[in-house]
Amino acid sequence: MSALDQMSSRRRAFTPNWPARLFFLAFAIYLVYAASRLGFNLERMSYGLEHGQRFLARMFPPSFARSELIISGIVESLQIAIIASFFGIVLALPVGFLAARNLMPVWITWPMRAFVALCRSFHPIIVAIIFVKAIGFGALAGVMALIVASVGFISKLFAEAIEEISLKQVEAVRATGAGFFAVLVMGVLPQVLPRFIGFSTYQLDSNLRNSTMVGIVGGGGIGATLFTAYQRFDFDVVLAILIVIVGMIMLAEIVSGWARRVFQ
Amino acid sequence: MTVTETLHRDWRRFTLGQKLSRYAFYLASVAALVISLRTIEVIPEFLYDAPTQMADLVTRMWPLDWTYLQPTLTALVETLHIATVGTFLAVLMAVPIGLLAARNVTPSAPINLFAKFVFVTSRSVNSLVWALLFVAVFGPGPLAGTMAIAFRSIGFTGKLFAEALEEANMGSIEALTAAGASRFSTLLMGYWPQARPAFWSIALFRWDINIRESAVLGLVGAGGIGVALETAMSLLYWDQVAVVLLAIFAVVVIAEIIVTAVRARLI
Amino acid sequence: MLTPAAAGDVTDERAAAGDALVLRHLSKEYRAGVPVLKDINLEIPGSGLTAIIGPSGTGKSTLIRCINRLVQPTSGEILYGGQDLAKLGGAALREARRRIGMVFQEYNLVERLTVMENLLCGRLGYVSAWRVWLRRFPQADIDHAFSLLDAVGLSGFENRRADALSGGQRQRVGIARAVMQEPKIILADEPTSSLDPKTSVEIMELLRNLGAERNIPVVVNIHNVDLARRFATRIVGMTGGRVVYDGHPGDLTDKDLNTIYGGENWLE
Repeated sequence: MSALDQMSSRRRAFTPNWPARLFFLAFAIYLVYAASRLGFNLERMSYGLEHGQRFLARMFPPSFARSELIISGIVESLQIAIIASFFGIVLALPVGFLAARNLMPVWITWPMRAFVALCRSFHPIIVAIIFVKAIGFGALAGVMALIVASVGFISKLFAEAIEEISLKQVEAVRATGAGFFAVLVMGVLPQVLPRFIGFSTYQLDSNLRNSTMVGIVGGGGIGATLFTAYQRFDFDVVLAILIVIVGMIMLAEIVSGWARRVFQ
Repeated sequence: MTVTETLHRDWRRFTLGQKLSRYAFYLASVAALVISLRTIEVIPEFLYDAPTQMADLVTRMWPLDWTYLQPTLTALVETLHIATVGTFLAVLMAVPIGLLAARNVTPSAPINLFAKFVFVTSRSVNSLVWALLFVAVFGPGPLAGTMAIAFRSIGFTGKLFAEALEEANMGSIEALTAAGASRFSTLLMGYWPQARPAFWSIALFRWDINIRESAVLGLVGAGGIGVALETAMSLLYWDQVAVVLLAIFAVVVIAEIIVTAVRARLI
Repeated sequence: MLTPAAAGDVTDERAAAGDALVLRHLSKEYRAGVPVLKDINLEIPGSGLTAIIGPSGTGKSTLIRCINRLVQPTSGEILYGGQDLAKLGGAALREARRRIGMVFQEYNLVERLTVMENLLCGRLGYVSAWRVWLRRFPQADIDHAFSLLDAVGLSGFENRRADALSGGQRQRVGIARAVMQEPKIILADEPTSSLDPKTSVEIMELLRNLGAERNIPVVVNIHNVDLARRFATRIVGMTGGRVVYDGHPGDLTDKDLNTIYGGENWLE
């Protein structure tokens, strides 16, 4: 070995990251195992491909024959989304405040955070099912389910945003002798309002998507129409409904983009 | 401050056009709300009956039927598999499309638009609907569920990944290009190191969400714990339903803990 | 004493030898009708340090970036090594670029990579991306990297992340990366503008010495006239997108500087 080789073998060019490598190896092994348990094999994939082609063929061209049904379904979904978002936002404001650990004592924040966690743990569909069983099918169950989901989402992020604010501004307002609510409005709110608006528009968007399928379990909206068409194998109607849903959501995204620009 | 000075300051903050747009939005939102409340079909009897019905439901759930725990746990493991493999597949598909969507990586506007369109479609179609589609293609079972999760997640992960790419510092890329590196090399050594932390964060976030999503796919026959839930519900065994709900809650909490711990280490 | 470079002086034989860099009728318009570079005719000698000076916005950076085509010239020729760089594309352009090393004002390192990884990025024009990713570099490259680290005074820094270094240290890594390419010419776009005076001198010394050791020309964009006078063997003065001075640093008079920078007061 030349002197140069000896020199470089003493100085290592790279430090190998063993924990990372082990993790990736373990993960790769897990993936192979899990995939086989799930039924990923060549046979099923080729069956699926073939079947999929036939399925796609039955979807084209999309059929807008029952357009009144589709329109009323979409309108109901819109209603559900708007109402649920409104009440969800209104409720999330106080809940978020109560869950912020830098504003409230532990015996308030802990149960509040547990409540928010509960709201978030279950998929809106599951919540919708429970509401359907409890208060009957229809748009009301859908609205209630999405209110729960909205409160869960917005409150959590809102509380986190509050916990990240600079307390110096709050102290400054408190030092002027302002009461509790005044401190809230003048010290805390200005710092978190932009982010709150951001979360709310995101949740409105999310509710719009969810409202399209709470109908599958009886929660009203276009989901029911979609499910019926599906069970009747009217796949061309299914495609029509999907197109309308995607179109509506794209529209909503454009609108919320405008809203964000106007309010920023 | 004189009156004119105050007026002058206000004028510079929001132009008249901005003020009008804001009012227009407020007005439109309130109008939408009022119209929705007026026209929504709610059967009043259901509304008044609600509290009693809910109380009745809760009493039926107690005490929990622990014999149902074993099938619940098996189904839960399947749900985890669906969520993990599904997220993996989604990320695999989302990265190349994300590269096409990022304006600095792919400077072609039509291609950017197409990639963004793919993302919007993926996100707009709900995971339940994706599950329905894949059940029709692959037949019922967890395979359909996994594909549904994968296709649903492409939009989320891809969009955020593209945004992370667009925030990359282009100076480093310039340097690598100036040294004669190929496009692929600049991607590997210039973009990827910068986007890597965001990538893991996005993947982790989506995995967390997918655990919740995977739990309900069984309701339409796509495997996982949703199947156990559906069976118990259709037989009206509410005490078994309660066990399933509890198990789902526990898994979600555990996943949250894992994700927060990993996040703290990564960032 | 202004000596504008005359367009007919340069012969193609000298360009083909691969030493001198010849710019002929080079023009650049970012917006139609608003030219930033106006018919530049310049010959950069094949050795020594050439400093390009001039006020901000006069096209110095554009000129340097046209050479390795980070900016696309609107018209003109860039003759180097027997080729017209302005006409190259694809693989040929990449091949040409790997022989041109560049040092940037903002260092342009990949922040999250280590110093060693950043150095080896200089070899990206020679090594396939997969070998880079798997870190399977030829040992010769790794040895070269280590010796360059020593040469720029950063021994022992190989496993530090780039964002953990100071500005001066980062620029040294940047210079080392450029030299890793085994370039035939080094371009530097305002390499000292983000550094303090003492570090600026060190960096200029490094550039000059490395260039001299390898007998390759170094072209530096710089707005600090004192540094230019101190380290350059040739000075090119630009103003308003044109070359208005091209000669020895010793011959640079205050009157020349006035023409280049305009305005009386700044010289006092």
